[in-house]
Formats: sequence, structure tokens, C-alpha cells
Amino acid sequence: MSKLNSYRTGPDGAGRFGIHGGRFAAETLMPLILDLERAYRTAQADPSFQQELDYYLEHYAGRPSPLYFAQRLTEHFGGAKIYFKRDELNHTGSHKINNCLGQILLAKRMGKTRIIAETGAGQHGVASATVAALFDLPCTVYMGEVDVERQQPNVFRMKLLGAEVIPVSSGSRTLKDALNEAMRDWVTNVHDTFYIIGTVAGPHPYPELVRDFQSVIGNEARAQLMAAEGRLPDTLVACIGGGSNAMGLFHPFLDDDGINIIGVEAAGDGIETGRHAASITGGRPGVLHGNRTYLLQDDDGQITEAHSISAGLDYPGIGPEHAWLHDMGRVSYVSATDAEALEAFQLCSKLEGIIPALEPAHALAHVAKIAPGLPKDHLIVMNMCGRGDKDIFTVAEMLGVEI
Amino acid sequence: MTFGRARIEARFAKLRAEGRSAFVTYVMSGDPDLQTSAKILAGLPGAGADIIELGMAFTDPMADGPSIQAAGLRALKAGITLRKTLELAAEFRRQDTETPIILMGYYNPIHSFGVDAFLKAAAEAGIDGLIMVDLPPEEDEELCLPTLAAGLGFIRLATPTTDDGRLPAVLANTSGFVYYVSYAGITGAGSADADTVGAAVARIRGQTDLPIVVGFGIRTPEQAREIAAVADGAVVGTAFTDAVRDSLDGAGKATDTTVAAVLDLTRELAAGVAAASRKAVGGAQP
Ligand SMILES: Cc1ncc(COP(=O)(O)O)c(C=O)c1O
Repeated sequence: MSKLNSYRTGPDGAGRFGIHGGRFAAETLMPLILDLERAYRTAQADPSFQQELDYYLEHYAGRPSPLYFAQRLTEHFGGAKIYFKRDELNHTGSHKINNCLGQILLAKRMGKTRIIAETGAGQHGVASATVAALFDLPCTVYMGEVDVERQQPNVFRMKLLGAEVIPVSSGSRTLKDALNEAMRDWVTNVHDTFYIIGTVAGPHPYPELVRDFQSVIGNEARAQLMAAEGRLPDTLVACIGGGSNAMGLFHPFLDDDGINIIGVEAAGDGIETGRHAASITGGRPGVLHGNRTYLLQDDDGQITEAHSISAGLDYPGIGPEHAWLHDMGRVSYVSATDAEALEAFQLCSKLEGIIPALEPAHALAHVAKIAPGLPKDHLIVMNMCGRGDKDIFTVAEMLGVEI
Repeated sequence: MTFGRARIEARFAKLRAEGRSAFVTYVMSGDPDLQTSAKILAGLPGAGADIIELGMAFTDPMADGPSIQAAGLRALKAGITLRKTLELAAEFRRQDTETPIILMGYYNPIHSFGVDAFLKAAAEAGIDGLIMVDLPPEEDEELCLPTLAAGLGFIRLATPTTDDGRLPAVLANTSGFVYYVSYAGITGAGSADADTVGAAVARIRGQTDLPIVVGFGIRTPEQAREIAAVADGAVVGTAFTDAVRDSLDGAGKATDTTVAAVLDLTRELAAGVAAASRKAVGGAQP
């Protein structure tokens, strides 16, 4: 594998990260996708755009989120020093708000009057409904029926925020199907509708702009760790659904030699069972939802269903920039099972008084595997990208508890 | 022997000579099962289909409405694969060397098969062209250019959002014909308006000599007649997947009315197209 001067220059003009990414979209959407790219370039060149975004990130979302030394978990594992980037403390309870604020400001600039979004765990749906309420735009959220069932609190939150939640009954009735349905709505209402995609996937420029809006995570973490330890981290760990919280943490560090960067996919019942959501570990390159990337698919190129206890990770693909970082060998992609995530979920609750979302519980499950074997001066930063309130029903059921 | 793009061109030349527009039928390959699908294909030309669009099933058809989604899932459940679709086409080709077959669908099954291997197999099977929903001109190097190099047609979709500024890019590497999508939306959700479509066809006609065929929102003989009067062809899809669905038994299996339901509908719609009085006759003059 050849080493690049920089891993931070992508995508190219065609929206590619190596062979991944691109604009595999229906013609009806193409003019709008090109418009979006132009609008984003104009916004990037306009200091008032970033100023307005910074204002809302600080005063509305509550940024910067703390970088917290997880002392008791560190002692428990007895090895590396563990820091949490506490994006679960953001308004709405996850990192998703960072991206939604950026995208809704773009929607306003483009004069769009209606918002749509897809959601898995409901966190992106809640964040989209939240910004739509704030900016007084009607919002429709597509959510797979299976996820509506397992994330009831978030469904009700979205409704309270004034959004319409449409359960999707096609396919596996989870995140990928919600994305399909949102795309169908978009094709139909392309004249007035802005689609807030919730992760670093979709046709170019979405993977790039979602990454940019999420990079506030890594930029803050970098400055915060410098202040706390006087140096950069040794290891970064984040969970991967589509990969937006991970990309946000990783991107500002990609060019720092010697930092070990690890993305944790959902292994569901175990990779060997075939019932998992680990698209890099268990998939191969294909084209879906507007981009080329690693996908779970059968020999005929039909997309297979993902499985994970975590609705937010239950997706058969991964953002194209991750696919490329894997090809380049810059980031390592590993996986954690449902059972491992469940154990980490409970451990974190008891030892740190932080109930994590099931998604970052996967990241913590990997930290649990590596931290004990690392020296005490090894610094790990893990993205605690969401809180677990939404998951207590799922976890109770798994533990056989009735609430 | 004429094949690929040449077969499509020969068909339009014949239609022009007869002063007719093309009736294009979209049926899902392998729906509701392989045998029934083969019988439907074999019967289509006799019932009045001038060009056959053969849908390639995909698990995630982002531009399709419920009826075509369900047809794809029926076909997948009955065991359709891209290779079997090519076998169906090859079987059809042994009986009929003149009716063009265009594969329509999404890129991933072809990506998975491998572009070069696929184009070789498709040409051998007697496939004449491709319509790929998720391959806009921005991605021409993926499949469009190799397809043209292999002598097959690559039929591009133009839509109501394709403005004059973008139209040249859409037309640049299009061959065979241009497929105008009559409304912004998914299949089966809207209705084609002949006046709007007529204006759009005229706009595209200003920039190409290729035949312009219109699809989406055509399901009755009357609509087919109206659209065929203002374009070089009319495509019907959802009405066929509906007809298959309505003919199935309680367990979702084909009945002895399934083939007849599709072919009867083909005859009715073909009569609609034939009844059109052409206002505009397009396509490159020989
Ligand atoms: C808390 C949390 N983390 C992670 C994810 C996965 O998304 P991504 O990989 O884009 O961060 C979700 C998605 O719903 C989520 O709610």
C-alpha cells in the first residue's frame, strides 16, 4: 500500500475517494445534487455561513462537548488511559445534531421549504425534526417498521417536535429501506425539498459535507487533549453505522503519523453467523444509495439484510471515505457483537454513571478488548457519540427484564 | 446479423416506414416465475409490443413504486438472477431476431457480475441496449462507454428536471433512443400529461435526431394513444406488473390466466398506440 502525502484531500472533483463514492443517482435528482454542491462551495467561501453554524453549535447544541477522562473504566481495564469525547451531551443526545444544523442552514440558503430525512435509531430523525422546528420548516422522517418498534421513545419525540414519521414496510424494514423511501420522496418532491442525509453516505457531495460538519468532533478533541495531556492521542476508536461520528472524529487526525485509528462495525450475532452489519469485514464493493462502497450483498449483487441489536448500525453499507481509508490501510476496521456491546453498555453505566447508546457501546466493547494490553501512558480517545435513553427498552428485553 | 444498437435502429426505421410510434412494454424478468416469464416474453411481439424492456430485479429499486418493487421481489423469490435473465433473453432470441430487448434496472447486479463479462454475455444473449436508472452522464465511464464500445445501445433517461443547460450532457453518449420520464417521481405514482409531455419532447427534439420515447404514468390505451401522438414511442410498465399481481393465486403463484392477462393488456395498449395520429414524427431520417 502506497503512502500518501495527505489522507485529507478527498474527494476528487467527481466525488470519488479512490474507487469509492461518486454520483450514482437518478437523473431527476442530478440537477439538484449539482446545485447542492454549488451551494455548499459558496457557503464554504462565505465566512458568515461558518459563523452562523458556530453560533448554533455553541448556543443551541451546547458545543464544545467535554473530553472526559474515564477514570474508573481506565482503572477497571488496567491499561491505556481512556478519554470519552462526550457528544452524547449535545442537545438531542447524539452527534447527529452537528450535521443537521449544517445541512438546514444550507437548505435555507437554497430556498428549500420542506425537509425530509431517514432514520435508524431515531437519533438523526430527532435531530432533523429539531432543526426543522427551530427553522420553521415542515419535516417528514422515514423510519423502518422494525426500528419504529424498537425505538418508540424517539418516534414520539419526533412527533412532539412536529415531524411526520412514516413507517417503512418494504425490504428489511430498517435503515436501508428508510433511505430508499426517503430517496423516493425526494425524486417526487425535488423542487421544494431538502434531503438531510444522516451519515457520510449518499451521492457526492453528501459524504463530504456531512464529514465536514461532523469534523467539529475531532477538531475539538484535538485541542482538548492537547490541553489535558500536552500531546495527541495514540488511538482513536469510534463505532460505524454509515460512519459519520467516526469520520468526524478521525478526519482531523488522518495525517498525524503514528495514531492508530479504529472503526468498529456491528458484528450482530457474530460475523461467522452471517447475521451482522459489518460491511467492510463481511462485504465487497458495490453501488447503492448513490455511491460505491463496501456492501453486504449476495453473489448476484442483491443487497442482503444487516443485523444488529443497534438500530443505528443496522445498515449494509458504509460511507465511501471509510471504504477508501480501509483500502489504503490508514484506518483499521474491526467489529463487536451484540453480546459484547450489551456487556459494555452495562459496564459503562455502572462504572462511569454514563448510559451509552448501543452504538458507541460497540466502540467501548473494542476499547475493552485492547485497553488492558496497552501501557498506562497510551492515550485512547473514544467517541461517546450518543446516550442510551432510547435503548433502555431494547436492553431490558435482552436482559429479560420487564419495564 | 443486426444486433444491439443496429437492431434498435432497424426497428425504428421500420416503424417510421409504417408511420407509427413504438409500443414499448416493460415486464419484470422472472416475474412471477421463470417459466411464466418466458411465456410472457415469447408472446409479447405477437400481441403488439415493438420493443421489450426487461426489468432486472433489484432488492433496492430506489426509483420504483410499490408495484414494480413487489414484482422484483416476486422474481427474486422465484430465483431470478442476472444470469437467468440473460438466459431468458437468449431463449426469446431463438424465436425472434427483430424485436429489440433492452435491460432496465440498477447498476449493482451488473457491477457484481463484472462489466466486461456482463457485456460479453449480454451481447451473446441478444440484449440490445441498457437503461440504468442510477448511472447519470457523470458516471459514463462505468458502464455507458464500455456498452457503446460493445455495440449495444445505452439509453439515457431525460426528466422534467433536465433543463436545456444539462440536456447536451444527457444526450451526448445516448444511443438507440432517448427515454423521457414524464414526471418527477417514482414509477406508478403519477400520470403523463400529453400537453406537458409534447412540449418536453419538442424541446428535446431540438437537440437530437434520436427517437424520443416516453414512459412513466401511461397505463390505459387512451393515455398510450395520446402520448404516442406526441412522441416516437410510449412505455407501459406498472400496468403490466399490476396485471401479473392481479392474476396470481392466494399463495402468489401464477395461474392459467397470468400469461393471458399480460398479453390481453398488451393488445389493448398496442391498439391505443396504433390509433394515435402522429403530430410529430422524429428520429433520424434515413
Ligand atoms: C448514537 C449514534 N451513534 C452512531 C450512529 C451511527 O451513525 P454514524 O455511523 O453515521 O455515526 C447512530 C445512528 O443512528 C447513532 O444514533
